[in-house]
Amino acid sequence: MTLKECYAALNGDYEEVMGRLRSERLVQKFVLKFLEDGSFELLCRSMEAGDLSEAFRAAHTIKGVCANMAFSALLDSSSQLTERLRGGDGGAQTQELFERVKADYARTAQAIQAFREEAGG
Amino acid sequence: MDNITCRQKILIVDDSEMNRAILADMLGGEFDIVEAENGVEGVAMLQKHGPEISLVLLDIVMPVMDGFGVLTQMNKYHWIEDMPVIMISAERGSSHIERAFELGITDFISRPFDALIVHRRVVNTILLYAKQKRLTAMVAEQIFEKEQRSSLMIDILSHCVEFRNGESGMHVRNVHILTETLLNALLRKTDRYHISQADISVISMASALHDIGKIAIPEEILNKPGKFTPEEFAIMKTHSMVGAEMLENLPSYQNEPLVRFAYQICRWHHERWDGGGYPDGLKGDEIPISAQVVAMADVYDALTSERVYKPPFSHERAVAMIVGGECGQFNPQVMECMQECADEIRQELAAGREQNHGQRDIQSVVRELHKHKELAASERTLELLEHERMKYSFFAALTKEIQFEYTINPPALVLNTWGSEKLELPEALLDPYQSAEALAIINADEQARLADALHSTTPGSPVVQYDCKLNIKGEERWHRIVARASWSSEEPPRYTGCIGKAMDIHNSRLQMENLERQASHDSLTGLVNRDYAKKRIIERLEDRPAGHYALAILDLDYFKSANDTYGHMFGDEVLKFLAERMRHSIRGGDIAARVGGDEFLIFLEYKDDLESAIEGVYSRVNGGVYKDFTISVSMGVASNSEAGGDYDSLFRCADQALYVVKHSENKGRYNYYHKENAIDTVTSAISPIDEEENTEGKEESK
Repeated sequence: MTLKECYAALNGDYEEVMGRLRSERLVQKFVLKFLEDGSFELLCRSMEAGDLSEAFRAAHTIKGVCANMAFSALLDSSSQLTERLRGGDGGAQTQELFERVKADYARTAQAIQAFREEAGG
Repeated sequence: MDNITCRQKILIVDDSEMNRAILADMLGGEFDIVEAENGVEGVAMLQKHGPEISLVLLDIVMPVMDGFGVLTQMNKYHWIEDMPVIMISAERGSSHIERAFELGITDFISRPFDALIVHRRVVNTILLYAKQKRLTAMVAEQIFEKEQRSSLMIDILSHCVEFRNGESGMHVRNVHILTETLLNALLRKTDRYHISQADISVISMASALHDIGKIAIPEEILNKPGKFTPEEFAIMKTHSMVGAEMLENLPSYQNEPLVRFAYQICRWHHERWDGGGYPDGLKGDEIPISAQVVAMADVYDALTSERVYKPPFSHERAVAMIVGGECGQFNPQVMECMQECADEIRQELAAGREQNHGQRDIQSVVRELHKHKELAASERTLELLEHERMKYSFFAALTKEIQFEYTINPPALVLNTWGSEKLELPEALLDPYQSAEALAIINADEQARLADALHSTTPGSPVVQYDCKLNIKGEERWHRIVARASWSSEEPPRYTGCIGKAMDIHNSRLQMENLERQASHDSLTGLVNRDYAKKRIIERLEDRPAGHYALAILDLDYFKSANDTYGHMFGDEVLKFLAERMRHSIRGGDIAARVGGDEFLIFLEYKDDLESAIEGVYSRVNGGVYKDFTISVSMGVASNSEAGGDYDSLFRCADQALYVVKHSENKGRYNYYHKENAIDTVTSAISPIDEEENTEGKEESK
């Protein structure tokens, strides 16, 4: 699997990220690093605990990272979640968005893992 | 610039490790990167690295303290004025961006960012700030140069005048030196004239212009070898007013101190104290002091220099002529200065003749530097600070001790690298009083006591030494903390924090305690010895003199026979046995001690029933057998109500009471001292062992 294929699998915009970061080495390095970022776990924990302001910060961070990495699908859902949480809204719609973020994250993580195994192997 | 040693430092404050890593990766090739994962840590880093940091990249949304919090702190401490901040955020709201700019950020980059743009903007910002610093330095330098050049112009101008005048060229220089010397002397003598050091420097410089009016005097009059006719003299005299007018008609610079003083000097340097001078006939202090002093300098130099019409006169003769009024009347105080400064003047003038231009220029540059210190200060202070910081961290890294710096505002503790590793604390710790990690090492009580000690220092004596236990990696060890409180320079001074170090004194302290123990305890029985007991008893008596105390002296009966029968080893065992019993017979606050030989002491405090207290102790100590030896104890007891409140009386009386028992038919009992039964002669049951032996011998033989 190439980096480009990995981007396709996780619904990202390969051209866009290459246009900005300008180095395949850099992009690859940070794509692999994405799985180590603790923000998603923090988001899940905070949502579970009902700590909406902590959840907001975590979602915001995910949104920032995804924007940088051009992980378009996860960027879209995490951005929407961020805005709901910013207003302190923990209602049904937020929960729904959270589920979407979880699904998008899972797809993203899966693609990266697959890419890593091949790149590593 | 040297790229290896002078790498610029960039602080990245962002809660996402990944965001930091991306930025660090993009910039790490050219810059040193310092990272912080929230606002509080960021502020601590700024505190720690100070002006080393060339740029801050700041996120907005962060836990603990957000980016706006950091900016607020940076404004509070005025860091924002010299430190560029670029904010990077996914926040798009214009209100956020506006607020960030209001708080002083230099630039705003939104996420997702373009690597090239971030890089370019960072470099531009750093260059811009470096340029601004350089420009500040250049302006300062140019002001210097301007001053130096004006001094040069004055020199050239006054030399032109002199040249036309046929004078040596030394006159202007000498007048300058004399003016400066005399003004300094006058300043030491009186505060009547409100002149500052800066004024002296300007007046001396302006003195060079005293004769500029002479360029308007026809050359044939100016250089006439013989005496002037009255008409010629009248023309000659116009030079002072002409010079003043030349300065007055300068289109600008009227407010320059140099021009103001030069005007006074030109116009009035031929006025005399008694009103006998020209052009205005001013008297006394109507004549500005600048002109008075230059007048004296002018006359003195004319007298001591060679002229076509006269040889040079000696200093003494010149002064005598001036004091004698041969050149008109002068301010008596300025004349005193002239007389008092004879040596100084001679030296300065001689030095002035020999000194080449270069050296004088150096002096003037130094003077100018002083004048413009406010301009150069920030730059130079920063350099010095930077140097000190480097020195400090270098030495701190070399020594194996815990060094720390604590500031109250913001409350932060900064440790040296060695200390941070030793204590397993971060190098920068915010709010150490609240930090569980810090409290595990030094508990809140100790922290508070140490803080109290530091708060009660004064700026004059700010050092505190404090010994306490620190819990390091699970082990409690004694440390000596030596700290110096920092006080602000305002009135009244404010405590702002401290610097200090902690040294491990555990081993030496244990050794000390051991030595103290050895010195205070009896090695055989482990009870305290007589001296130490005395010290403790005196302390107790002084502490609460109103308490009820009793002192008992105990003596083991027939001990001599135990020694004789079973040997000394056995004797020692008996003593130990008794000591052990005593230890268990007393309460916590009481004292049991070995007085010496087979004599012991018990000091106790009782509530109101002395009888039962003593009976209790005695019954526990006396009786029974050790192996085959019957334990029989004689005891004398004195209470402070009977014997008096000091140790010596208590001891003496208990001794007397014991004496009575020991010299009676039935030992193995105790006896109280009573005032009415007091024995007048000095009798003691203690230590004349020979005597005891005799009696005991008799007893036994019965």
